[in-house]
This record gives sequence, structure tokens and C-alpha cells, in this order.
Amino acid sequence: MILEVKGLRKSFEGKEILKGIELSVEKGDVVAILGPSGSGKTTTLRCLNFLETADEGELVFDGAHYDMHRAGKKEIAEIRKKTAFVFQNYNLFQNKTVLQNVMLGLTAARGIRKAEAREIAVKALTHVGMADKLSSYPAQLSGGQQQRVAIARALATSPDIIYFDEPTSALDPELIGEVLSVMRQLAKEGMTMLVVTHEMEFARNVSSKVIFMEDGSIVEQGPAKEFFENPKEERTREFINFILGQGEA
Amino acid sequence: MDTRLWKILLEAFPRLLGYGITVTIPLTIISFALALVIAVAVALVQYADIKVLRQICRFYIWVIRGTPLLVQLYLVFYGFPKLGIKLEAFPTAILVFGFNEGAYMAETVRGSLESVSRGQVEAGYCVGMNYMQIMWHIVLPQAFRTAFPALGNSLISMVKGTSLAATITVMEMFRQAQVINGRVYESLGLYTEVALIYLLFCTVLSWLQRWGEKKLGTYGGKKA
Ligand SMILES: Nc1ncnc2c1ncn2[C@@H]1O[C@H](COP(=O)(O)OP(=O)(O)OP(=O)(O)O)[C@@H](O)[C@H]1O
Ligand SMILES: [Mg+2]
Repeated sequence: MILEVKGLRKSFEGKEILKGIELSVEKGDVVAILGPSGSGKTTTLRCLNFLETADEGELVFDGAHYDMHRAGKKEIAEIRKKTAFVFQNYNLFQNKTVLQNVMLGLTAARGIRKAEAREIAVKALTHVGMADKLSSYPAQLSGGQQQRVAIARALATSPDIIYFDEPTSALDPELIGEVLSVMRQLAKEGMTMLVVTHEMEFARNVSSKVIFMEDGSIVEQGPAKEFFENPKEERTREFINFILGQGEA
Repeated sequence: MDTRLWKILLEAFPRLLGYGITVTIPLTIISFALALVIAVAVALVQYADIKVLRQICRFYIWVIRGTPLLVQLYLVFYGFPKLGIKLEAFPTAILVFGFNEGAYMAETVRGSLESVSRGQVEAGYCVGMNYMQIMWHIVLPQAFRTAFPALGNSLISMVKGTSLAATITVMEMFRQAQVINGRVYESLGLYTEVALIYLLFCTVLSWLQRWGEKKLGTYGGKKA
């Protein structure tokens, strides 16, 4: 088990957004988190990486226990160095080239020598098919290309797990495929991933496990095949039908 | 035009330009440097939301921006000696210009810092950088690029603003024009002449500003 979360709670302005989330991720798992808008999917991921401070919760990461409310600077830095985050709107560093975007986490954050960092960065960029754009700036790239660079930036630091928050939601439809195929490739190679997504095809065929969230709670979770073919909860059935219906319309 | 006036203007030119180069420009540069240091410090305190200091900074900006520069000069030069704070005219001018423009520039710098998307800062944390590293590699370079044109404008307006130092006896370029005029009574000619020298300084600065903007580039984005 690489990651386990117990009793994660979070309120914003007095309103409880996460009501006791429990989930776990095995090494090599690709876990898809599904759920309607506002159900707390983004907030869950952000709490895992301490971009939000949870009100309560325990995180077991790679065998070490962390209090999600009280974790100190040092513990947070420790976890962040073992994880990576891919954002919906890429969040590339606008003043850095593609290569620099990927290198910064290695040179600045981890003190790796420039030459070595460059080698690792080029390898990661090759992996996502962006090796021909090393000296481009983010503003010169399409959304799909930017997201692939963001994935390379995540990969370069050799994380134990990558969190994805709707990585294709900001993309034009014709660009979604190139990002999904990179993610599919990573899944095949055994990368551990926790993916918030609305891409049912990805959840169904690529992920090993699915979590369905609604209104700050996990309604149902289980192996992907079982989840789609034989959902236990009425709400899950409704959601799957709704999404699939939408896809056909 | 009569030859007397030409002679006066021709003789005045090197004197005026000399005071411009030896007083107006140094006064501008030192005041601007002070303003820049204050502006960056005040902006960073607010950006990082440092509790009590933040209140002090807001108070400073409120007071400076809500009172006239000329009144600030008079208050410090003629008023403060009553409190036992006595300064020469030149240092007074530097302090007042520096603190005055610093308040305006602080808002420019703060706006530029805040214009760097929160998401880039979060991405910085996620790749393992700490606050200082994120500021140094990501936020400050972008904020500097954004602030550059506005800071250039501040510098240009400061060149002109230093003429107010004449009112507290600083012998700078404009006061020198007044002095010469006191002898020869050629207001139209002399004040036109001094205006043209200010115009020259400002024109050179706006060329430098444009050159600097080009040099800094836009990170592959559209022209700002
Ligand atoms: N910083 C914040 N301050 C106040 N409320 C917030 C904040 N962040 C999220 N919320 C609220 O928390 C709830 C859950 O938000 P969250 O972004 O986690 O949902 P989500 O499941 O990711 O939705 P979506 O599918 O639209 O991305 C929403 O009602 C949102 O308005
Ligand atoms: Mg979300």
C-alpha cells in the first residue's frame, strides 16, 4: 500500500465539503475518482498534497503516518517530494522554457546537477512526445502540448504517485486524445496514479479501481469492471446512466 | 529674435545642462533607487501577508498617496526641524521623493506579484520547491517583467518631479533657471529652454524603457 487516507474532513466557510473520506491506493494502481461537480474531488486531491490543510484526517504514505491537519513544513516537503500533481489548467511556469519547466523540480528543489537534470528532463519529455519543443515557452504551445509537458514535469521527479485533477477538462476535444494516450502509456508502465476525471472511457478501460464521490463522501468504490458492470449503490447506477446517456447525446 | 536673447540662452545652456547632469539626474537616480527598495519591501510584506507589518505598509501607502508631494516636502524641510529632526535640503529631497514614489510603486509591484497565477505557485510547491525558491525562480521574474513599463513611467515622472526640490532650496536644474532668470528677466526663453532639457532627459529614458522591454521579451507570449 503506497497511500491510505483515513477520516479526511474539510470545511470551507463553515460548510463541510469532505465528510470523512477513506481511501487507499496500492502500488501500480490507477484509481479513477468520479463524481458530480462540487462533490469534493479536487479538494480531496489538494488535501493529499497539502495544497489545502485538512481539518482532520490521517495519511499513511509509504508506511509513514501523517496527521493531515497538523503536519509540519518538513513533513509536507517530504511528502511533496515523493508525489506529483497534474493540474486541470497545466500551471506551467510561464517564464521558463519547456526544458526548464521540467528541470526546475530537479535542480532547484532537489539539488541535482544541471547536466544530470537535463538528461532526466529530456528523457521525460521524450516519453510524452515533447522532445522537439525543449526551448519553447508554454505560451507557444497548444493546451494538449502544455499538459504533456506538465506530465513530463511530474514524471521527471520519479514520484511514487501522480495525482491528476481533470487533466483533460480544459482541452479542446481534438486535443484530449494525445493526453489520454500518454496517461494510458504510464498506466501500462505501472505508474501509480490517482485520477479525477470525467472521461468514462478512461475510467472503465484504463483504471484498475474506481471511486465514486458525491456530496463530500465516497458512495462506492471497487474494481473498475465491477463498478461499471455491477454497481451496488442506486446513486452509482444513476450516475453511470446519466454520464453514459450524456456521452451518446 | 534679438541677439541678446540668443546670447543669454546660449550661455545658459551649458549651465542648465550641467546642473541637470550633476544634480537632477543623481537626485532622480538615488531617489528612484530608494523608492524601488521601499516598493519591493512593502509589496513583498503585503504579498506574503505578514501580519502587523502589513498594517503598517497599508498605513504608509494611505498617508503618502493621500497628501500632496509639495506639502510633504515642506513638512519635512520646514516643519520637522521643530521636532528636532533637521536635514539638509538635498537629503530631504531624496527621502521625500523616495518615500513618495515608493508608495505608488509598491502598488505597482504588488499588483505585478499578484498577477502571477496562484496555480504556478502551487505547481512550484508540488515539484518540491520551497517558498523562497518559488519566489526567486517563478514569481519575481514574472512580476518584474510585468512591472517594468510602469516602473519606467515612475522613473520618468520622477525626473520631472525633482523640479519641486527647487521649493526647498535645492539648487537643481529648474532652480538654476530661476536664478538666471532673476538676473536677465527672460522667463519665456529660459523656461522654454529648461523644459526642452527635461524633454530631452525623458525622451532618452523612454527610449531606454522601450529597449529594455524588448530585451526582456515576453516569454513567447503576445506583446504586452
Ligand atoms: N477555497 C475554497 N473556498 C470555499 N469553498 C471552496 C473552496 N474550494 C472548494 N470549495 C467548495 O467545495 C466544494 C467542492 O469543491 P471541489 O472543487 O472539491 O469539487 P469537485 O468535485 O472537484 O468539482 P468539479 O467537478 O466541478 O471540479 C464546492 O462546493 C466548492 O464551491
Ligand atoms: Mg474539481
